[in-house]
Parts: sequence; C-alpha cells; structure tokens
Amino acid sequence: MKSNSIKGLAFLLASASLVAGCGKKDVEVLPPVAENTNYGQPPAQTSPVTNTIQPGSQEDFLQTVGQFGDRILFDTDRFNVDTDDQGTLQVQAQWLARYPNTRITVEGHADERGTRDYNLALGERRANSAKNYLISVGVDASRIQTVSYGKERPQALGSDEQSWAQNRRAVTVTVQ
Amino acid sequence: MYHRIIYFVALLAMTSITLNSAFAQVVEEEVDEVVRYDVAKTRSIAVPALVAPAPADTPAGNSTALGRQIAEVISSDLRASGVFETQGPNGLRAIALPEVTAPQFDYWKARPVEQLVQGFVRVGGDGNLTVGCYLYDVGFGNETTRLGFNVPPREWRRAAHKCADAIYAKLTGELPFFDSRIAYIAETGPKGKRVKRLAIMDSDGANHRFITNGQSTALTPRFSPNYKSILYLSYVDGNPRIYVYDIDAGRQRLITQSRNPTFAPRWSPDGQTILYSMAVSGNTDIYKIPASGNGTPVKLTSSPSIDVGGSFSPDGRQIVFESDRSGSQQIYVMNADGSNQRRISFGQGRYATPEWSPRADLIAYTRIAGDFRVGTMRPDGSGERLLTDSWQDEAPTWAPNGRVIQFFRTAKASGKTSIWQVDLTGSNERKLPTPVDGSDPAWGPVLP
Repeated sequence: MKSNSIKGLAFLLASASLVAGCGKKDVEVLPPVAENTNYGQPPAQTSPVTNTIQPGSQEDFLQTVGQFGDRILFDTDRFNVDTDDQGTLQVQAQWLARYPNTRITVEGHADERGTRDYNLALGERRANSAKNYLISVGVDASRIQTVSYGKERPQALGSDEQSWAQNRRAVTVTVQ
Repeated sequence: MYHRIIYFVALLAMTSITLNSAFAQVVEEEVDEVVRYDVAKTRSIAVPALVAPAPADTPAGNSTALGRQIAEVISSDLRASGVFETQGPNGLRAIALPEVTAPQFDYWKARPVEQLVQGFVRVGGDGNLTVGCYLYDVGFGNETTRLGFNVPPREWRRAAHKCADAIYAKLTGELPFFDSRIAYIAETGPKGKRVKRLAIMDSDGANHRFITNGQSTALTPRFSPNYKSILYLSYVDGNPRIYVYDIDAGRQRLITQSRNPTFAPRWSPDGQTILYSMAVSGNTDIYKIPASGNGTPVKLTSSPSIDVGGSFSPDGRQIVFESDRSGSQQIYVMNADGSNQRRISFGQGRYATPEWSPRADLIAYTRIAGDFRVGTMRPDGSGERLLTDSWQDEAPTWAPNGRVIQFFRTAKASGKTSIWQVDLTGSNERKLPTPVDGSDPAWGPVLP
C-alpha cells in the first residue's frame, strides 16, 4: 500500500543518515559476551525450578484441578457420583476440553475392609462411575481408560475410618 | 515334574481298628457342635531316625543324615496335624536294622508311647532312594502297616510326607494331605508399596520357590489339579489379567485375549475348565472357559450386581460364588451351566470368598461383620460355624483331605500378612512359616 512504502522509505533514509553519522565510537562498543558458551550444543532443557509447567502435562492438570481435585471419594461399598464429586469431575472435564489430545486413566480403589476379589470388582465400578460422568459432561469416551487396583494401593496407611475414607477413591491420571 | 511315587509293598496285616473307629466317631460328632473343641492328644507316636544300613552319599546328602531328616519330617507332619504327640527323632536312641521289622516293644511300652514308626533308607545302584516305613501298635505289639517308596534323592521329603500320610490316614480314618504343595503370594515392603510375588512351597513350607520377581503385582494363585501350571492374576501389562503359568516351561499365556479386566481365577476339579470374573463397563460377572485355551467363554451370571469368585463342587456339577445382588456380599450356589442361582447365606453380616471342600460336605467362607472371620457352612447354608476370631482372617482354601483350612491373616495398622491353618473343628490354629509375609494361599491336591 502506498502509505507503507512511503513509511519504509523514510525509515531507510533515517537509518542511512544515522549510519553515515556514526563515528569510531560505535564500533568500539562491542555487544556483551554471551553467558552460555556451549556453542554448538543443544539448548539446556527448561527445569521445573525455572517455573515452567508444560501445558497439558500431569503437573498442569494437578495445578489446575487443585489439591484432591484429581479424585472423588466414596462411601463404604458405594460407587455413586454425588454432587461434590460432580463438581470435581467437571473441573477435570474443563481441563480436558482445553487439551483435547490428552488421554486419562481413571484408577478405582477400595479400602482394606473388603475381601480381595470383591474389592477389585468394586474398584472397577468406581472407576467406571467417574468415567461415565466425565463422558456425560462431554469428554470423549475414547480418551478414558479405567483400571481397578482394588485394595492393593492404599494411599492413607492407617487402619481407621479416616484412612479408609481416603482410600475409597477414583483418581484421574493423565497419560503422558 | 513330579514323579509318581512307586509303592513296592502293599498294605500288610491290619491291626485291630477299634481305636480308629472310636476316634472317627468322635470326629463325626464334633462337626455338628457349634463349639471349639480341643482335640485331646490321645496318640503318642515315637519316630526314631530311619536306619541307613549301608550309608552312602547322594546329591541330597548322606543316607544316614537322610534317615534322620525323613524321621523329622514325619514327626513334624504328625505333630502339626494336632492329632498326635510325637517323640523324636531327637532324644531317641538309634535303631539297629533288625529292629525295623522286629521292634523291641517292651522298651517302647515303657517310655511310654502308643505308636511306633521305624524304617530304613537305602541308596540303589541307580542312585535313587528306597525308603521303607513301618507303623507298629506298641500296646498290641503288632504291625499296623508298612509302605515303601522309590524316589530320586532330591525328592526325599515326598517319601517322608507319604509315610506320614499313610500313618495319619490309618490312625485317624481321614484322607491324607501332607504330600501336597501350596501356591501363595509372598509379600514384602511397606504398606503403601507392597511387593507381591507368586511363590510355591511344600505343605510344610519347605522347597520354597519364588516364581515372579515382584516388579508387577501378582495375586490369587491356584495350582492346576495336575500341578503342571498355576493360574494367577498379574498386573504385568498395567491391567489385571489372568495367566496360566507353565511351571516346567517357565512360560505363561493369557487365558483370554479380552481387554476387559479379569480376576479371581479358579480351576475346575478335573482341570478342564477355568472360572474367572470379568468386568465389562464396570459390571463384574463370572465366566468359564476351557482350560486348553481353545474355546469360547461362557457367561454364567448376568445381574447388574457384582458377581465374583466361584468354586466348583468336587463333582464339578455346581459352583458356589459371591454376589451383592441382594444389596450386600452374600454366598450363592448355581449349577455349572449358570442355572438355578440361589442364595445360601442368611446370617448376620456379609459373606465372601466361598470355597467348596474337596469332601463336598462343607463350604468355607469369610464372614464380614466388622472383623473378618473364617467359617464353614453346609452347601445348603445351614450349620454355620466360625473357626477363627481375629481382626482380619480372609480367603480360606481347603487342604486336599477337607479337614484343614488355610487362610491369611492381616494385622491391623501394619497390614502385615501371614498364612495360617486351622482344623475344621476350629482347633489347632497355627501359623505356617514362610520366608517373608504371605497371603492368598491355595492348596493343591495330594501328589500322585
């Protein structure tokens, strides 16, 4: 366009006059020496210490959903998604919508106060309940795997109601 | 892998069995009583070291040492059964070879002791052991039974177990069970990071061997009835899958290619069929499939509840399993084709992990009512008896003679597990020694 061409030309003329006006002084001021002397080496990976969380990563997921936002809890022998759980899962679903290429595994767990085989089945129920709710709020089913660990992987290690309540859970983990 | 033990002498003159009948009768009455019954140790047995008339070295040690070790195993087996008080081989004098077939009854009567086991160990030209054992009734002064076995030296323990089995069966009227193997899960590590390895051992804990290395969790193993393979659950590919592990070949195959989670594997008594539980879209049902791997699975249950586990009756016609279709875990029986499913547990609490006795007369289970306790009931659900009383006793399986139940006990807080056995009367509860913690024990049949 006409105005740009005129602008460009004016800039060139201005630079040229600057250069023409530069004396020895400019040539003596050298640019600062680069700190990184690894010439030819690939740049170092950005470490977490430098405060960069990869978007769509597990760390990003956890940071977004917040503490305990990656899991829902259940009553003894139950596997229903209550209203609190729905809120938790909706936040997960929103994150998943932002990163449509990420996949997740929902892990189902039970507390130690059940027999082994039944708890594997119960963990599977719980994982699928969470999965079905995520699907119902728009997450594509093909993105969600489930796995049951029954009572094999307790998180809280006590033998008391508080520990058991924490272990009756379905945890969402991104697949990297 | 296991050689059929060769019997070279049949049973000889049977002594009077009046004592045997009285004992058997007492056992019958016990089963119907809902009380713990401490079996009186009415049988004292002396087991001196077996004689090695021509001591020779073998890959399993010198035959003189083997004579003592065999006596130790016989003595331990009989003592562990809870039925006998044993003496020796420690503390007993050495036996001369002629005594083996002509005991000094007066000497033994004076100790006193009621029964006497004597025998010999010979090393044949082929390097195999010939083990002879004789049971004598000291009071009557005559021979009750004699047996002989031909075994490779490394299988000397089996000869001892076979002797103990014959003595036990003769004196109690029960079926044998010492010469058998147990598959279980060896556990190590802290509660939040348990390492679980598939392992096998003799019924007394000897000849222990780890099968898996613990990198992935292994659970709920079962020996095939012919001891050639082990069914178990492994997370080796990240998901619960059932494998048949061929012990000799050291290889395993999946029982089903389905990508759905599968668990709770069981053999049919004839080893031809495998039961397993599979979850489809979150719902677990019980299936059966030919053990050969060729054939389509048959779905046996189809309720929207959790239907899981399963144990065949010894005749293979029925299956007992657990289901929460009533709202809580309970025990159900169905025909082997899935028909006629009916609930049999109606007591206080939830009922889980049912296992049909090899004698067909009882079903063992875990009752959950706060604590977990092991119990038995008749196949129609009547006659409930609780055998143990601890915080968490779980997953009973039967010894091959249907008299002893094995289960695992979890300690509160620490979560440490150990394997225990108890008589079906509730008496003689004892811990089975294992190198590390153990769970999910399953007893194989008596070896041929």
